[in-house]
Amino acid sequence: MNNAKTRERLNTPKTSTWVADNIVSLIFVAFTIFGFLVSDGVTINFFLTELSSRFFRNAFLVLSLVIPVVAGLGLNFGIVVGAMSAQIAIAIVRYFEFGGIAGLVLTFVLALPIAGLFGYFTGALYNKTRGQEMIASLMVCYFANGLYQFLFLFVVGVIIKVPKTHPMIKPDGVGVRMTVDLVPVENGGLKYALDKIWEIPFMWAILIVFACILLLQLWKIYRNKNNPALYRYNKTMVLINAALSTAMIALSIYSILTNSRLMIIRKVPVVTGLLIVALCVFNELILRTKLGQDFRSVGQSQHIAEVSGINVDKTRIIATIMSTVFASWGQIMYLQNMGTLNTYGAHTQIGMFSVAALLVGGASTQKAGVKHAVIGTLLFNSMFIMSPEIGLSLFGNALLGEYFRTFMVYGVIGLALGLHVWRTNKKGKITLN
Amino acid sequence: MTGIKEKGISYKDIVKKVGFPTIFIGGFWILLLIAGGFLGISMTTLLSDTIKRAGMNGILVLAMVPSIQSGTGPNFALPVGVVCGLFAIVCSIEIGFTGWAWLFASIAFAIPLAVIVGYLYGKLLNAVKGSEMTIATYTGFSIVAFMCLPWLVIPFQSKNMGWFIGKGLRETIQLDAIKGAQTLSNFLKFSLFGEKGFITFGGEKGIIIPTGMLLMFFICCVTVWLYFRSKSGIAISAGGINPMFAKSSGIDIDKCRIKANILSTIMAAIGIIVYSQGYGYAQLYTAPLNMAFPAVAAVLIGGATASRAKVFHVIIGVIIYQGLFTTALPVANLLFEGTDLSEILRMIIQNGIILYALTQVKGGDK
Repeated sequence: MNNAKTRERLNTPKTSTWVADNIVSLIFVAFTIFGFLVSDGVTINFFLTELSSRFFRNAFLVLSLVIPVVAGLGLNFGIVVGAMSAQIAIAIVRYFEFGGIAGLVLTFVLALPIAGLFGYFTGALYNKTRGQEMIASLMVCYFANGLYQFLFLFVVGVIIKVPKTHPMIKPDGVGVRMTVDLVPVENGGLKYALDKIWEIPFMWAILIVFACILLLQLWKIYRNKNNPALYRYNKTMVLINAALSTAMIALSIYSILTNSRLMIIRKVPVVTGLLIVALCVFNELILRTKLGQDFRSVGQSQHIAEVSGINVDKTRIIATIMSTVFASWGQIMYLQNMGTLNTYGAHTQIGMFSVAALLVGGASTQKAGVKHAVIGTLLFNSMFIMSPEIGLSLFGNALLGEYFRTFMVYGVIGLALGLHVWRTNKKGKITLN
Repeated sequence: MTGIKEKGISYKDIVKKVGFPTIFIGGFWILLLIAGGFLGISMTTLLSDTIKRAGMNGILVLAMVPSIQSGTGPNFALPVGVVCGLFAIVCSIEIGFTGWAWLFASIAFAIPLAVIVGYLYGKLLNAVKGSEMTIATYTGFSIVAFMCLPWLVIPFQSKNMGWFIGKGLRETIQLDAIKGAQTLSNFLKFSLFGEKGFITFGGEKGIIIPTGMLLMFFICCVTVWLYFRSKSGIAISAGGINPMFAKSSGIDIDKCRIKANILSTIMAAIGIIVYSQGYGYAQLYTAPLNMAFPAVAAVLIGGATASRAKVFHVIIGVIIYQGLFTTALPVANLLFEGTDLSEILRMIIQNGIILYALTQVKGGDK
C-alpha cells in the first residue's frame, strides 16, 4: 500500500517532466513556427542562409560554456573575458598588419596565453565567491570591460606610443578607433581568413552532416547488438533520429540532383565547421579522461570530491581557463566572419547571447552538453531572425520586434534559471519532508 | 583579554570598524579633491554637484537596505521598482498634472503599483532561495526589456511625451514642459557662501543646497530607520541574520522577505521620481537597465556588506560615491585631455566594489 503511494508520488511529476524540462526550447520552436505562419517576407532561403551563417559564427562560443557547467561553476558569463583576450590578440595582429591564414594562426596562438592568464584570474575569483559564481561572473564582465577600455582608450597612446597615422588609431593619437576594419583576406587581412579556406554548397553540408548522424545511429545499434549489457540506448530516439536523417539525406540528394531553389543558399565554411565539430568531440571526450571525471565529481559535490582527494580549487580553475580560451578562439572565429572589429561593443553582448542560446537548448545550471549547445544555437538564432519579421507583420513596426528580441534574451535566462532553482528547491523540500 | 582592548586603537581596528571599501574609496575621493584644488577647479561647484547628485540618487540607494536586511542580498532588481516609478510618472503626465500636482500624483500612483509588483517579486524570490542575486539581476533586466514594448504600444495622447511623428513614447521625456523639472529641488533652495554672505535663498552661486530634495531623502531615511525599529522591522532583520533561529522563534520568514522587498520596490519607485525631477528628464526604454549597479556599489562603499546594511551606510555611501565621480570627471579631463578616464574609473570602481563584496559573502557548502 505504502509502496504504491510512493510510486504514485514519484510518478506524477515524471509525466510532466518532459514538457517542464524542455519548456524553454518548446517556446522557441513555437515562436519560430509562428513567425513563419504570420510573416510572408521570409523565404526559406533567406532564413536558412541567415541561420547557417549565424550558426557558424556563434556555435563555438556557445560550446565553450559547456565545461564550466559540468564542473559545477554554473553559466560562465565570464566568457566575455575570453572575448576581450581575443580582441587584444586581433588588435595586435591587425596593428602589425599580419594577415591571411598565417595571421589567423598567429591570432589563435596569441590569444591562448592571454586568455589563459585571464582565465586563471577569473577562476581564482570564482573560488573566492563560491556559491555566487554566476553573479560574480556577470560582475567580472563589467569590471573587466572597464580595464579593457582603460587599455584600449588610454594605455594605447598615452603609455604605449603609437603613430597617429595608423588606420587603427584615433586621429588624435590616443586610443583605438570605435570600429577597426579587418581587411578582406584577399588583401592580406583577417576578414573571412578562416571561412574562405574551403566552402561547399549548403545542401552538400546537410548531406554530409546527416549521413554522419545516420552512421552514428547505426553504430549505436551495432554496438548494442554485440554487447547489450554494456551499451544501452533509447530505441525510439535512435529510430526517430535515423528516420529523420534518412529523410534529410533524401531531400538533399534530390535538391542536388534537380538543382532546386535550395541550392542558392549561401555556401558553408568547412574549416569553421570542422573546428566546431572538433570542440564538440573534445567536450565529449574530455569527460572520459581523469580530468573530465574530476570536473563531474566537483560539479556534483565539492565536499565529496575534496574528501576523495581531488584538488577542487585547481579543477575549477582549469575548467575556467579552458572555457575562457575556447571563448577567445570562438570570438576570433566570430570576428573574422564579421569582418570589422567593433572595439568597444563586440564583446559586451557575447556572454548574454551565448548563455541564452545554451539555455534555449535545454541546458540548466547543472546540466549541459554538446547537444544542448547545438540545438540552442539553432533555435536561439531562429528566434533572432524571426522576431523583427513578426514585429513588422503583426504590428507594422520592426522596432517592436527588436525590443521583443531583447526581452526574450533576458527573459529566457531569467526563466530558465528561475525554473531550475525553483524545481531544485522543491525537490529538496520533498526529500526533507 | 582586556589588555588587548586597552592597547588603544590600532590601524587594523579602524579598517575593521569602518570597512576597507569606505576607507579606500573615501581616501581616493579626498586625494582627487586635493588634486582638483591644485588644478584650480572650483570647490563650491564640485560640492554643489555632489550634494545635488547625492540627493538625486539617495532614495535609490536606500532601497538596498530592506532587501539586504531581509537576507535576499542587495536588490539587483532595482529596475523593477524603477519601472513602476516611471510608469507612474508617465500616467500622471498623461492625465495632465503639472508642477507639484504632477510630483505628488506620480508618487501616489507609484506606491500602490510598487506594492503589487513588490509583492509578486518577493514571492518570486522566495521560490528561488539561494540564488537570489543572479535571478534578481535577470528579473530586473527582463522587466526593463519587457517594458520597452508597452512604452511603444500603449496609445498615450499627451503631446509632451510622444514622438512628433510615429507612435510610442520618447526615449527621454523633458519634464520642463510640465513644469516638473527640479520642483522638489527648488523648494526652499538656498546657497551657502553665495551672493549675500552666508545664506542666500534661491541663490545661484556658492554651495547650492536643494532643500526640498534633501528633505525628501531625509524623510525616507527616517521612515526606513523607524521601520527597522518596529516589531515587523526587527523580525525582518532577525530573519536575515539567522533564518533557522528566526523560524524557531515563530517568525514567518517568507512573509518578512516579501515585506522587505515591497518596501525596497516602493523606495525604488519613489527614488526614480525624485531622480527624474532632479535631472529634469524621465528616461524610458533601456535607460533603467543598469541602474541597480551604482546603487549597490554606493551602499557597499558606505560600509554595508551583502548581508548587513544600515541607513547610515546609505548616507555615507551615496555621498562618497557621487562625490568621487563628480570630482573625477573634471580632474581627469584636466590631467589627461581628450580621454574619458572618469567613465572608465567609474566602471572599474563600481564593479570592483561589488566583486569585493561578493568575495566576502560566506561561501556555499564546499
